Amino acid sequence: MLALDTSKKLSFNKLIADGDLVIVYERHDTMKAVNVCEGSVFQNRFGVFKHSDWIGKPFGSKVYSNKSGYVYLLAPSPELWTLVLSHRTQILYIADISFVIMYLEIVPGCLVLESGTGSGSLTTSLARAVAPIGHVYTFDFHEQRAASAREDFERTGVSSMVTVGVRDIQGNGFPDELCGMADAMFLDLPQPWLVIASAAKMLKPDGTLCSFSPCIEQVQRSCEALRMNFTDIRTFEVLLRTYEVREVKNDSMQGHGGSPSQQPPCKRRQTNEGSNKQESISSTIMARPSAEARGHTGYLTFARLKCSA
Amino acid sequence: MSGNQSRADSVQSRRVTWEGCSVLLDINDGDRLVFSRLTENSTLKIGKKNYSLRPLIGCPFGSLFQVEYGAEGSKLSRLLESAEVSNIQENGDYQPVEEHRDNRELVDNNKAQSLSGEDIEELRRQGATGDKIIEALIANSATFEKKTAFSQEKYRLKKQKKYAPRVLLRRPVARSICETYFTKYPARIGFMRVDTLSLLLSMANVAANSDILVVDMVGGLLTGAVAERMGGSGYVCNMYLESSPYPMDIVRMFNFSDEICKRIVRTSLSDLCSVQNDPSEQMGHDVSVTANASDEQMCSHETLTEPAVMEEIAPPSQNEISKCKIPKAGDKASQETIDLWKANGFSSLIVAAPELDTWNTVKDLMPHLSHSAPFAIYHQYLQPLATCMHNLQIEKMAVGLQISEPWLREYQVLPSRTHPCMQMSAFGGYILSGVKICNPEST
Ligand SMILES: C[S@@+](CC[C@H](N)C(=O)[O-])C[C@H]1O[C@@H](n2cnc3c(N)ncnc32)[C@H](O)[C@@H]1O
Repeated sequence: MLALDTSKKLSFNKLIADGDLVIVYERHDTMKAVNVCEGSVFQNRFGVFKHSDWIGKPFGSKVYSNKSGYVYLLAPSPELWTLVLSHRTQILYIADISFVIMYLEIVPGCLVLESGTGSGSLTTSLARAVAPIGHVYTFDFHEQRAASAREDFERTGVSSMVTVGVRDIQGNGFPDELCGMADAMFLDLPQPWLVIASAAKMLKPDGTLCSFSPCIEQVQRSCEALRMNFTDIRTFEVLLRTYEVREVKNDSMQGHGGSPSQQPPCKRRQTNEGSNKQESISSTIMARPSAEARGHTGYLTFARLKCSA
Repeated sequence: MSGNQSRADSVQSRRVTWEGCSVLLDINDGDRLVFSRLTENSTLKIGKKNYSLRPLIGCPFGSLFQVEYGAEGSKLSRLLESAEVSNIQENGDYQPVEEHRDNRELVDNNKAQSLSGEDIEELRRQGATGDKIIEALIANSATFEKKTAFSQEKYRLKKQKKYAPRVLLRRPVARSICETYFTKYPARIGFMRVDTLSLLLSMANVAANSDILVVDMVGGLLTGAVAERMGGSGYVCNMYLESSPYPMDIVRMFNFSDEICKRIVRTSLSDLCSVQNDPSEQMGHDVSVTANASDEQMCSHETLTEPAVMEEIAPPSQNEISKCKIPKAGDKASQETIDLWKANGFSSLIVAAPELDTWNTVKDLMPHLSHSAPFAIYHQYLQPLATCMHNLQIEKMAVGLQISEPWLREYQVLPSRTHPCMQMSAFGGYILSGVKICNPEST
């Protein structure tokens, strides 16, 4: 997923090879992560796709099934991974993830601490942000989850940037070896206030911390704990509103029933060319917010470690 | 913990200021935000007086300074931990005590304060510190005791800002630079809010070792933010579609090392297209001519815009620049690099060009992306993005198309007084994102 080897960086146009991770795209809400394996097949409601047909094609290709159904094969990225990973826990999504990385001021070379690892959704983006020379140390007290996360990081190719540790962070704090080394820290834990004292030990002066909590009571307690050693304490909520776009035909001839917006827009050009119809048909492209949206994910509380001399 | 860590430190995440470094000064808790460059001679005006910024050189970012009065007059001096009090947000032991006082008996009649302006001047002459003056004001206020704890805190803060102003030394990074412009000069960055900028960077998969094609008509903010994420690897190609490059002065606010600056290059669309189908020798000649012309325009463009762009944001004077050798970003991309892009395509595209036609721009640039490359297009209006999305769909150029509008709300979190902030930014721009697909029919 990450171009860690500089010699390969300009080979992004490379062709799909046996063993590659691809994101199989059916629709924007139906995608799947697949490892290409000669001899293996991918099945969905459109039929059976042979992996052998995929090998040698560029990423971004449209490929067909035995029943001439089709899917697109996309190159994996942290954003796509977040949409296809297996949910072993609640995960962070793109709006929160993007904001966290920017607000924590994470750049290549940073050392970042995280707990809990959960499903590794955020971790994958953290790895991209610190690459190629930084590192993410992520901890979860759930052994099985930590192991699955490690496997995922191997699969997505970020494992050289990430170390997964099994540890009760609320009970024991972060390990002493990392004292004073962290540029940034992220917490997604049920009782983050228990970890603030450890956070103050791990972070460099002016280092940044973020705690994600779904409930305002958690935020309240965390902020109280933060006031001792942290400054610039700020709490945000980030959401995304998405829009639907459609072409609406304005037929100036009256009396045409039906739903004009249902017509496939691509027909327009040809019919205009053929021109049996009058020129009085024009169309407008309109956008409106999608009716459904995520209403709440969690509160993001940020702070910086005070700089004492 | 790798051996490379020290290199990374020297490159970008430097945490202590040095002579010649760019800083963001936050005066009195966000009341004023000023970009500056720390040199022997640089100053900051607070109230009617200029203060030397010399005391800030060699201090860690995050340090707090306060105007102090001494024998040789007043100067900025660093506040140490123990002195940091009297700020609601930083006061650790501020308890949610049950409040018995209320303001029914408070009368606003200017008679509450018995200390006159002359009295304060006299205190100053006797060498009283700002903190002493604030204590004196409180002691001489007839109403202070009757105020609620919350209003007492507010009173103290107001007096502190006036008599002992504070300056917070902040690191100029994409986050703080974007926030500062968004607060002070939103039009210069096309009204792009920090959460929107952060989304553009992830939607376009900005990462080390990639080659990002950028159309930046937001003053260089986008170019700088992308370059920051790449840490001196790969390339940010700042592309211009018209005859001259777009200004990118904001890039100089970041403390970019030489390595990072070298990775920020410019190309015109015509340079990128020129030899594409026809690598004849004749073309070579043409290319060098256009290159010269555009170089000139690049310079004139910058000198033209610079004075207008900076007001509070003081530009370093010409000799200051040469003295502390600020690396320069934005050289013309070498032919070699351009050839590689032609062969391989860019790994992603970000457009923030409110003044260009969105669909035409995207249509012209898509062929230069590698297959499966993600892209993110910013606009402050919805319609151009809707049209662009519709056309991309019809032309079957991309999948995963989505228009999103980020929404950001800040909260005040205080004991028994938690609620959303009274003010919020109602709008931070729209983004169209998607992934380019191979379209054998169209290419
Ligand atoms: C909501 S998940 C984190 C999701 C993650 N941010 C993501 O994007 O995939 C919370 C994780 O914290 C872990 N956790 C809870 N208490 C913990 C503790 N005391 N120490 C370490 N991990 C803990 C849980 O096992 C769980 O996997």
